[in-house]
Amino acid sequence: MTVHSSRRGFLKGAAAATAVFMVGVRPNGVLAAASAESKMFNPFVKIGSDGSVTAIVKHFEKGQGPATGLPTLIAEELGLRMDQIDYEFAPSNPQVYSNLLFGQFQGTGGSTAMANSFMQYRKAGAAAREMLISAAADEWGVDAAGLRIEEGMVVGAGKSAPIGEFAAGAAGLEPPAEPKLKDPGEFRLIGDPDVRRLDTEIKSNGTAKFAMDLHLPNQMIAVIKRPPRKDGMAVGMDDSGAKAIKGFINAAILPNKAGVAVYAENTWAALQAREALDVEWDMSQAESRSSDEIKAEIIAALSAEPEFNVLKNDHGAINAALDGAATVVEETFYFPLLAHAPMEPLNCTIEATADGGILLHDGCQFPTGPHMALAQIFQLPMEKIRINTMLAGGSFGWRATPDADYQVEAALAFVMTDRSRPVKLVWSREDDIKGGRYRPAFGHKVRVGLDGDGNIVGWDHRIAGQSIMKGTPFEALTVHDGVDHSSVEGVSDTPYRIPGQFVGLTDTQKATSLLWWRSVGHTHTAYVMEVMMDLAAKAAGRDPVEFRLAHLNGEKDQDRMAGVLKLAAEKGNWGRVPEGRAQGVAVHKSFGSYVAEVLEISGNAEDGVRIENVTCAVDCGIAVNPDIVKAQMEGGIGYGIGHVMRDQITLTGGEVDQFNFPDYEPLRISDIQAIDVHIVASQEMPTGVGEPGTPPAAPALANAISAASNNLRVSSLPMAENGVSFA
Amino acid sequence: MEYRHSYEGEIRSGGSATPIPHPTQIWTPLRRNVLQYSLQLNGKTHSIEAEPGTPLLWVIRDELKLTGTKFGCGVASCGACTVHLDGEPVRSCQTLIEDVGGSEVTTIEGLESPEAKAVQQAWVELDVVQCGYCQSGQVMSAAGLLKENPKPSAEEIDDYMWGNACRCATYQRIRAGVQRASEIMEA
Repeated sequence: MTVHSSRRGFLKGAAAATAVFMVGVRPNGVLAAASAESKMFNPFVKIGSDGSVTAIVKHFEKGQGPATGLPTLIAEELGLRMDQIDYEFAPSNPQVYSNLLFGQFQGTGGSTAMANSFMQYRKAGAAAREMLISAAADEWGVDAAGLRIEEGMVVGAGKSAPIGEFAAGAAGLEPPAEPKLKDPGEFRLIGDPDVRRLDTEIKSNGTAKFAMDLHLPNQMIAVIKRPPRKDGMAVGMDDSGAKAIKGFINAAILPNKAGVAVYAENTWAALQAREALDVEWDMSQAESRSSDEIKAEIIAALSAEPEFNVLKNDHGAINAALDGAATVVEETFYFPLLAHAPMEPLNCTIEATADGGILLHDGCQFPTGPHMALAQIFQLPMEKIRINTMLAGGSFGWRATPDADYQVEAALAFVMTDRSRPVKLVWSREDDIKGGRYRPAFGHKVRVGLDGDGNIVGWDHRIAGQSIMKGTPFEALTVHDGVDHSSVEGVSDTPYRIPGQFVGLTDTQKATSLLWWRSVGHTHTAYVMEVMMDLAAKAAGRDPVEFRLAHLNGEKDQDRMAGVLKLAAEKGNWGRVPEGRAQGVAVHKSFGSYVAEVLEISGNAEDGVRIENVTCAVDCGIAVNPDIVKAQMEGGIGYGIGHVMRDQITLTGGEVDQFNFPDYEPLRISDIQAIDVHIVASQEMPTGVGEPGTPPAAPALANAISAASNNLRVSSLPMAENGVSFA
Repeated sequence: MEYRHSYEGEIRSGGSATPIPHPTQIWTPLRRNVLQYSLQLNGKTHSIEAEPGTPLLWVIRDELKLTGTKFGCGVASCGACTVHLDGEPVRSCQTLIEDVGGSEVTTIEGLESPEAKAVQQAWVELDVVQCGYCQSGQVMSAAGLLKENPKPSAEEIDDYMWGNACRCATYQRIRAGVQRASEIMEA
């Protein structure tokens, strides 16, 4: 059972009452079809006898587009127009709906939604097409080879009828093992820039239902009074002040002592009652460091021999090459903690079901995580836990926590009640900013050596910071020989041809709590690589684009990176800078995609910088929905730039200094005047788009500021705190 | 993959030591300060019981269950809660129930002005939205802007829309969407 976030709910109501034909993949991977009543199948495609087609979308929708992209794949192969297909979010079932790049784990992240679904959903659509045609051929007594599906109609042999007429017949057929897929040259929807999102209308008229919008009958609101510093524990509590608040129900210390759950009839009463609560905290285990201490530890680590030699090469020999270089450029960088701050604060709702199970309503990014955690908390078998995935108001990584933290929090708040009322857990923006899991702080120290011709002959790159993956269930996948790949990605695997590259990593002590943040390690590694490339180009007296291209040749990986760089340079009028303007460029590969950005500013660091335009070129393989690809580049650029301009999370004695948007200022509409995105035509398999727009944006800005401001080096962030003023 | 949680022991040892809130156990407020308000909203009159100081946002969302108006920050810094008060955009999280008086409140659900229709048409044409959580507020503000200024320049759009945050950074399309809505209205 899935809950719909549907444009056309009435159609589904009608479909439910009629014979329904579904195509999907069995747990063993064989394509299979079944009627709606069957419990055996978990389909990707559902077809009603009224002709309604529903794509079952296994990835959650946080704005990045799978609720349009996955239906596009099915509609393409099945022979539909986009207005003939709708979507539902899949239930939690990692055997059927796993992310094919995550193992047996259902989840969205790492910009993988399209990359792992591209063949799977096309096959599901193609199988449905073949079975419907087969059923029509049987009924009409004609050869299936002469039939096709066009815009929802089976046509051929002088006949024509809507596909719904054959749904019941097709449901009884054996599904094809390897349905024939279209050749890319036959695509009508894949690659069509005019395909529109399926969720725009509901998001423009207020009818879209996010998890925050759920109102279950008789529900209680729970908010959590959290310790002033991470890992403080609640040991006592006085709620006499809260009892004066109309709608307050009760308050109780969470079983894990991580805070106090405050229950109320409505959100405002819950928030007020929380304010009125007196809590005694045991702070003996709580975070007590300041961000200055965290920074000092990281900077000190950069001067020592690194803990890990990532590429396992001879550091001494590379240092010797650097000592012999004609020119050496050196810089040290520091990146602060950052919060994600999606527009919809974290929330979810838990209720007991009539069959003795638990139902979680959530804008759920990693269904398998909370599914397992809830089964453990409620001591129920997995099949008794169900997840209703709803629309999510952004994430940027925040809704994908390895330990299902906010769903666990809701479960703990629920488990303390008599379970007769649903409990909706709501975070406030202050909870979000102060209690965030942050992009870790990182430092880099880099020395680049150039020969007499201005070519790179050595690159000593040391990284120190806090591992995201160690200690999480993802450690086995991402940590090898002690090296958390997410700490060095973008440096150790750069497509640039860099002779004599040393990459050293030192893990520093974990500070507060950490999490991946849109583009993960690339948030800092792209900045360092691309600012260093500019510094090296300048030292060599060469043009930054030409210098980069000179270090990108010979291999496909390098050619694709060079391709976007050339395209961005051409479209962004690289080198032809109007009076009073300056340009910066950056190019980076992440999540399998290549993105280059040419950024043009007016002003300078002293008088105030204004971002006039950003020209972006992206190579993400086949662009399934080109307009969504463009939107993701636009948004990714904004996300990257907004944070480096003025955002950071700082700690004083372990306590987070920021509290809400007034001091964790979002990018505003006036911050970027224009963005222009160009997509490289490609027949490669689709790769990520949700994150790759972010990494090059910040270094392109830094390079433009440097060009406008007497070669000012902006090496510590945020820029506004490190010598750059903005107009 | 294995999940280990620190609460495991407490839960398995047969429930928590903390009191269990019973759903029917609602505390009798020590300080009864609940007043009756008559609220004009989307063309209807609603009778609302609330304490003075209650933000209009929570009356709209939790009492009237109109969820198009969003909670984003609670401190008037993001604009997700924007509604119209007598046709003017205001932040409902900082508009107290007692300050509404006889003014007509319009939420996204009741928005029917020509400017609003043009904005919503433009939003669909340009696929402005991404996650969409801020977009009710963006549409409310954009409709307010176009009513005040039917042909705004890019700079005027930026000035007016500045307080409506979009963490997905759909700003390029918001700006283009307002300009397109202006064209639609002119046609």
